Amino acid sequence: MSEWIEVGPLESIPQLGARVVATDQGDIAVFRTGDDQVFALDDACPHEGGPLSQGMVYGTRVACPLHNWSIELSTGEAVSPDEGCAGRHEVRVTNGRVAIRL
Amino acid sequence: MKERLIVIGNGMAGMRTVEELLKLAPDLYDITVFGEEPHGNYNRILLSPVLGGELSFEETLLHRPEWYAENGITLRSGTRVEKIDRRRRVVVAADGSETPYDRMLLATGSRPVILPVAGHGLPGVIGFRTIADVETMIDASQRFHHAVVIGGGLLGLEAAAGLLKHGMKVRVVHLAETLMERQLDETAGRMLQENLESRGVEFLMGAKTREIIGRKRVQGVVFEDGREVSADLVVMAAGVRPEKELARSADIHCDRGVVVDDTLQTFDPRIYAVGECVQHRRAIYGLVAPLFEQARVCANHLARLGFARYTGSITSTKLKVTGVDLFSAGDFTGNEHSEAIVFRDPARGVYKKLVLEDDHLRGAVLYGDTVDGSWYFELMRGGVDVSAFRDDLMFGRAHIGDTGHGGGTSTAEMADDAQVCDCNGVSKGDIVKAIRSQGLFTLEEVKKHTKAAASCGGCTGLVEQILAATVGGEYTHPDRKPLCACTDFSHDEVRHAIREQHLIDRESVMKGLDWRSPDGCPTCRPALNYYLLAAWPGEAVDDRQSRFVNERVHANIQKDRSYTVVPRLWGGVATPDELRAIADAADKYAVPLVKLTGGQRIDLVGVKKEQLPDIWGDLNNAGLVSGHAYGKALRTVKTCIGAQFCRFGTQDSIQMGIDLEKMTWGSWTPHKFKMAVSACPRNCAEATIKDFGVVGIEGAWELHVGGNGGTKVRVTDRLCRVETATEVLEYAGAFMQLYREEARYLERTAPWVERIGLTHIRTRVVDDAERRRELYERFLESQRYARHDPWAANRTPEQRLEFVPMQTLSMDAPTVIPAKAGSQ
Repeated sequence: MSEWIEVGPLESIPQLGARVVATDQGDIAVFRTGDDQVFALDDACPHEGGPLSQGMVYGTRVACPLHNWSIELSTGEAVSPDEGCAGRHEVRVTNGRVAIRL
Repeated sequence: MKERLIVIGNGMAGMRTVEELLKLAPDLYDITVFGEEPHGNYNRILLSPVLGGELSFEETLLHRPEWYAENGITLRSGTRVEKIDRRRRVVVAADGSETPYDRMLLATGSRPVILPVAGHGLPGVIGFRTIADVETMIDASQRFHHAVVIGGGLLGLEAAAGLLKHGMKVRVVHLAETLMERQLDETAGRMLQENLESRGVEFLMGAKTREIIGRKRVQGVVFEDGREVSADLVVMAAGVRPEKELARSADIHCDRGVVVDDTLQTFDPRIYAVGECVQHRRAIYGLVAPLFEQARVCANHLARLGFARYTGSITSTKLKVTGVDLFSAGDFTGNEHSEAIVFRDPARGVYKKLVLEDDHLRGAVLYGDTVDGSWYFELMRGGVDVSAFRDDLMFGRAHIGDTGHGGGTSTAEMADDAQVCDCNGVSKGDIVKAIRSQGLFTLEEVKKHTKAAASCGGCTGLVEQILAATVGGEYTHPDRKPLCACTDFSHDEVRHAIREQHLIDRESVMKGLDWRSPDGCPTCRPALNYYLLAAWPGEAVDDRQSRFVNERVHANIQKDRSYTVVPRLWGGVATPDELRAIADAADKYAVPLVKLTGGQRIDLVGVKKEQLPDIWGDLNNAGLVSGHAYGKALRTVKTCIGAQFCRFGTQDSIQMGIDLEKMTWGSWTPHKFKMAVSACPRNCAEATIKDFGVVGIEGAWELHVGGNGGTKVRVTDRLCRVETATEVLEYAGAFMQLYREEARYLERTAPWVERIGLTHIRTRVVDDAERRRELYERFLESQRYARHDPWAANRTPEQRLEFVPMQTLSMDAPTVIPAKAGSQ
């Protein structure tokens, strides 16, 4: 399936922060950068499953709150020298409303 | 058109400068690099392991030819520059080609001193400087038997050890009476000699070379005193000299090296110079750390930022010979004003000498046990007054409290599979391999790549030692380490700017100090947030997104994404009603685990994030507030029962603890801050391993600071004795404020006290009543804004958004499930 689902207004996500979209198959973290880009990743670090939504957002990266791995938001890839990838979801903002594709 | 930068010298210093320059200003120059050797830039420090057969040349390459191409750099390897024409601004290469420049970087390095004795030009006589020299040595070892190394310094001994491994009979010839006389005193030099003799190296001391003999190839060496030895290979390791001929021939001012100022500029403003060819404030450096520091400063000026200064380096030495632990730093010979403390244990093969002057450490020589080398080096560079722990200085950091991990202090004797980092399970072999194969030079890089020392930091000393033994000399440990990769400014410089320029938010700090990234990184953001709040209470606004998760949601995250909730129990005292409220909350929210903490409180473990505001609400209703068990903040104040009930108690420790906690709670500190109050010297509250400890005695209170009971156990230093409870509060507030104002972010009081020295604290908090009062008043002023309950604040509707999903979906047929009240 691939549908766009509206999940809420952009303002409800803090700049340099994230909110969670809860699903019955696990949380999805929706990030907002300092310049209002929005990204969505599975809310689980490829290292030990830490909740990326709780990490610190800087540039287009997030640092996992458990062991400080850095994850590239646009790809879900861990920043070298660490290796691993968090699942990525398409996301768009229309008229200030955030939608993700499932 | 871009300006043209020519780099002469494709070695470590030159290329490090180019790397730093590309980070600062990637598009400023068209860069051309000339290198005399026909390769990319390789790690010259690793020539010894290549000679020893532990590494291939390929593994020492720092920059492959592709790297130059990828960065748009023209590499002209195997091309010697013959002449610099400064009038026409061109360089002339050996192939006759001319290349124009706008700016130039000289990084020509050094060359071995070849003694001008008869026969020095014979085949088989070489230096130990390039990969070609190593190849010659390995080749000779396969065809010949006798090697003579002229020079018993660092380089000569490493060459000797390497040739020995290849099965050659090695004789080391040295002019002085003891080895490495510029790095070691006589005793340590002799111990080193005995060690190497036991491995089969033969030494000729006090021997001056007269002549090298041979017809088609070297056959022997003759000395002034008439002695003569046979030799099929002669390695000249009698030192290196700055390679300055090119600069001199272009009339650039040279003395022993190319003379530069604090910006690494030569007397020609268009021409900069870095590395071993340089003479700065009369000093010449040959170790990697100072060269990299020069590179950083030089790049800053080439990139036209123009603010960095190089002010020289203190260096230390580490011999890279397997099985020998040896360290020296500073001025270890001493003078009429200095004193030496000497320790010697012949059975263990340990010798240590520390040179002190005016209560400051000036130099150190360590043989056989070098684990404290980096600590001594820090004390020297930091100019720490060591009088407070002078008695224990010789016995090392462990003896003044830091017991750290395990018992291992000698990494040279350590097997490759021995575990160094007990948190992340990293062995010595893993670390050495990463340093070599990834080209690592700093502790930070090793942490990143291996995770060693990246968790609790207890093995940092061992990792530093392995790093020093692998790359030799002093690893990068600059006096003023940049706060993080986003800036060149240190913690102290950033704080200074925040105070002096009245900066009150993150954006103005980053703009004012030329931060390299728009919103910083997870290292600098929390640090800046703290510095701003500490400098401008009531003015600076807390930046929630620059807090680590625990401080943002006021609870401690656990590995399963649940949180812990710890209410404050003032002085460790609870009423039955409070206990009932905690028990009721545990029942109501089905809290999986209720645990007593080490700080005399109760921990509700395994609370879900969505539950936090509600459970706080219930606890708030019972009069309980946040215990800040998650923060770089005042944590607990432990107490014993005290004079109210205890038959030994001399003071009311409980009331003292409650008063201290009521005064200090809610304050943010550079790192967590713990207190305890005992009512008598039996010290049941364990006050002497706290950041601030109070021990009641008959008619007075003893105050202690800088203790730690965690990773590195450290017993407090006794600060002073006071008579009244009011004084205890004033001294506690003043000490905390000094720590808040002067310690670096994430520096506990224990390492802070060790770094700045107890004398510094006593002067401000004990000896000077006016200063103490000012500190105390600043603390109370700051507390006007900090002493409030974050749990209550985070229950407001807008703050609650943090704790609930923005949306809840069903994935089978993706639809939005109606939100519950409170979520959005």
